[in-house]
Amino acid sequence: MAVTVKTFANASEAAGALSSDRSARYVGGGTLVMRALNEGDVSISTIVRASDQALTRIDASGPRVTLGAGVTFARVLAERDLAFLHAPARSIGGPAVRNMGTVGGNLFAPSPYGDFTVALLALDAIIAVAGGFGARDIPIEEFLQARERQAGTLVLSVSCTRPASAEAFRFRKIARIKPKGGAVITLAAHLPISGGRIAGARIALGSMAPTQIRARAAERTLEGRSLDAATIAAAASAAAEGTSPSDNALGSAWYRREIVGVHLRRLLSGQE
Amino acid sequence: MSKIPLQFRHNGRDVAIFVDGGTNLLVALRELIGDMTPKFGCGQGGCGTCSVLIDGELHLSCLTLAETVAGRSVETLDGMKQGPNLHPLQRAFADHFAAQCGYCTPGMLMAAKALLDRNPAPSRDEVVEAISGNICRCTGYEPIINAILAAAGGRVSA
Repeated sequence: MAVTVKTFANASEAAGALSSDRSARYVGGGTLVMRALNEGDVSISTIVRASDQALTRIDASGPRVTLGAGVTFARVLAERDLAFLHAPARSIGGPAVRNMGTVGGNLFAPSPYGDFTVALLALDAIIAVAGGFGARDIPIEEFLQARERQAGTLVLSVSCTRPASAEAFRFRKIARIKPKGGAVITLAAHLPISGGRIAGARIALGSMAPTQIRARAAERTLEGRSLDAATIAAAASAAAEGTSPSDNALGSAWYRREIVGVHLRRLLSGQE
Repeated sequence: MSKIPLQFRHNGRDVAIFVDGGTNLLVALRELIGDMTPKFGCGQGGCGTCSVLIDGELHLSCLTLAETVAGRSVETLDGMKQGPNLHPLQRAFADHFAAQCGYCTPGMLMAAKALLDRNPAPSRDEVVEAISGNICRCTGYEPIINAILAAAGGRVSA
């Protein structure tokens, strides 16, 4: 079925068109929306696009990093200043998907996808959106909790603070197929160290709930501690607390609960 | 709903077609231009057999909104051979038995070309990574990897 395609030069005009039409979807790289159209999703009757250069801008020079929503994973990988995001960007798709898929689109990718968003959740990213009521910034956790209702808002950019060191930010995607496959689970950990102790730990999990979530119980076991074996063991045993994974072709809910602690332990102890 | 006029470069030749809103590039290439080399596999971005190069970059044509290629250059497997001569990659695929049923071959060749255009002497791991978005259910991948490495070697020594 043919759909109406509306292309705008300006992101705020696109946001207006998106918010005024319930059956409109914004298409970025196409890996979600074109897929839905190919599958015959009749709930989409309008596709909104924007050619606004602001959506593909990368600002990675300072301590605060901002990525336009339309920045592709291939561009993240080409940017030396974004080394801390290379592991999550590389974990996505094959080269073609990385040339197409965008940082903004990944926020909407349903489980088992959305691995980059797991990294952004651990990094406490801020999502800049434009909707019918103008632009605003939303913390990523709040954004994800209300993701079902975000269809009418246009993501403009995501921003986060650069981790203090390579050690302070870790990412791990567990897939059955190498080198590429859908995630069984995905983990990311931001562990800022202050005076030898962890201050402000954030652990994010993918495929452990309907959206990416934080492992708050595990975070609490890390807070104020040094990253020793006892602390890591405590975090690992708390990893599945508060999660609600489901069964899919890649793994059962039971299996996910069983392995999340194992992989959190490996992530925190720096094992391959 | 009215058709949308669309012009782009297809294997070095300018083409102009009319597409329905929401048409993907794969449908435009196969049904409107008659280039049957990119294949329809999954329609979901999972198999890679619809892979084409857009401005030299590997893309999945089934997930590309046709009108986004306006004014750009699209390269498919049909444009790979030079006159009557096979491209070195095609030759290497034949020599190394890298095609069995052949359905993945167009995508594999485009993914391989995208790699070699950028990196003429890739390592084995780089070849594996380059075709990681392309599924083959026949060969077990080894003959394909060997063919790409052989084509790269041939080019280096040439």
